Amino acid sequence: MYARTVPIVPASHQKDGAFEYLTTRKDELIGWARKFSIFPYPFVTACCAMEFMAVSASPYDTDRFGAALPRFSPRQADLLMVVGTVTHKQAPILLKVYEQMCEPKWVMAFGVCATSGGFYQNYAALPGIDKVIPVDIYIPGCPPRPEMVIDGIMQLQEKIAGSRHLIVNDRF
Amino acid sequence: MDLPLFEALNQAIVPAAGPAVVSHGILVFVLAPDELLPTVRQLRDVHGFDIFLDVTAVDWIGQEPRFEVVHHFYSTVHKARVRLKLRVPESDPSVDSLVPLYGSAAFMERECHDMYGIRFRGNADLRPILLYEGFVGHPLRKDYPKQQEQPLVPYRS
Repeated sequence: MYARTVPIVPASHQKDGAFEYLTTRKDELIGWARKFSIFPYPFVTACCAMEFMAVSASPYDTDRFGAALPRFSPRQADLLMVVGTVTHKQAPILLKVYEQMCEPKWVMAFGVCATSGGFYQNYAALPGIDKVIPVDIYIPGCPPRPEMVIDGIMQLQEKIAGSRHLIVNDRF
Repeated sequence: MDLPLFEALNQAIVPAAGPAVVSHGILVFVLAPDELLPTVRQLRDVHGFDIFLDVTAVDWIGQEPRFEVVHHFYSTVHKARVRLKLRVPESDPSVDSLVPLYGSAAFMERECHDMYGIRFRGNADLRPILLYEGFVGHPLRKDYPKQQEQPLVPYRS
């Protein structure tokens, strides 16, 4: 289902106590390291927060994907999780938080309200956060099941691992 | 429901529009706009209605006068509720503020001003509380377009 991007040990390798080695490509190694180092910033506004707590806690445990430790400053985070409804009054704050994050950064729309506004279509609600900031991964559901969130994190990991890493250049 | 209290209130307060009726356990008075302040003062000082619960409005679009402003009060002495209703026209949707009597009225009148555009004479601070500066119109009026948005951040194309 998901492409294998972990470093590959050659099949002929004998574990005999001598010098052990593995071969990989530089960009695959960087991608493998990066995809397990997601530092999320939860921008939590509404009831999806309950599901965010459920997926963070031990039965589902986003720590298995290296995405457990919430940063409480956007300047230390690289994944913006927008959890819940964003109103027009809230949109400038969301944009400010996004602009404070350092590159590389990714955005997850958690739940149907952040994805498209959900069942809100009125003077108050923003119809999807992608009207204001770019979004990498959408998780539908009202609220989404923890399995869907984990699936979203895994797809985001694949996207991170497969993307071009700017630190891999001719001097690396 | 406290029927002896309601009978006493009906004896004491007789607005021009007629006596009050009991609706869902709440005594409902229909007032003229200038009867509001004396009635509320009497409710608070004589009959022990010490909590101002809420003020909101109803938009009866097409009727004249168009707006109905609704106040609710609660008495912790009698454990009873009273509702006051009065009508204001669209051309001048203003009623007296209850801030001199109940300090808690200030925020609720701001919200009612946000949503329905009712002006409260005597409330010095009617800035938006739930809406934002620059919002045009009053979204809970029935003639506000249902899907009209007023975004603060320009949309990405």
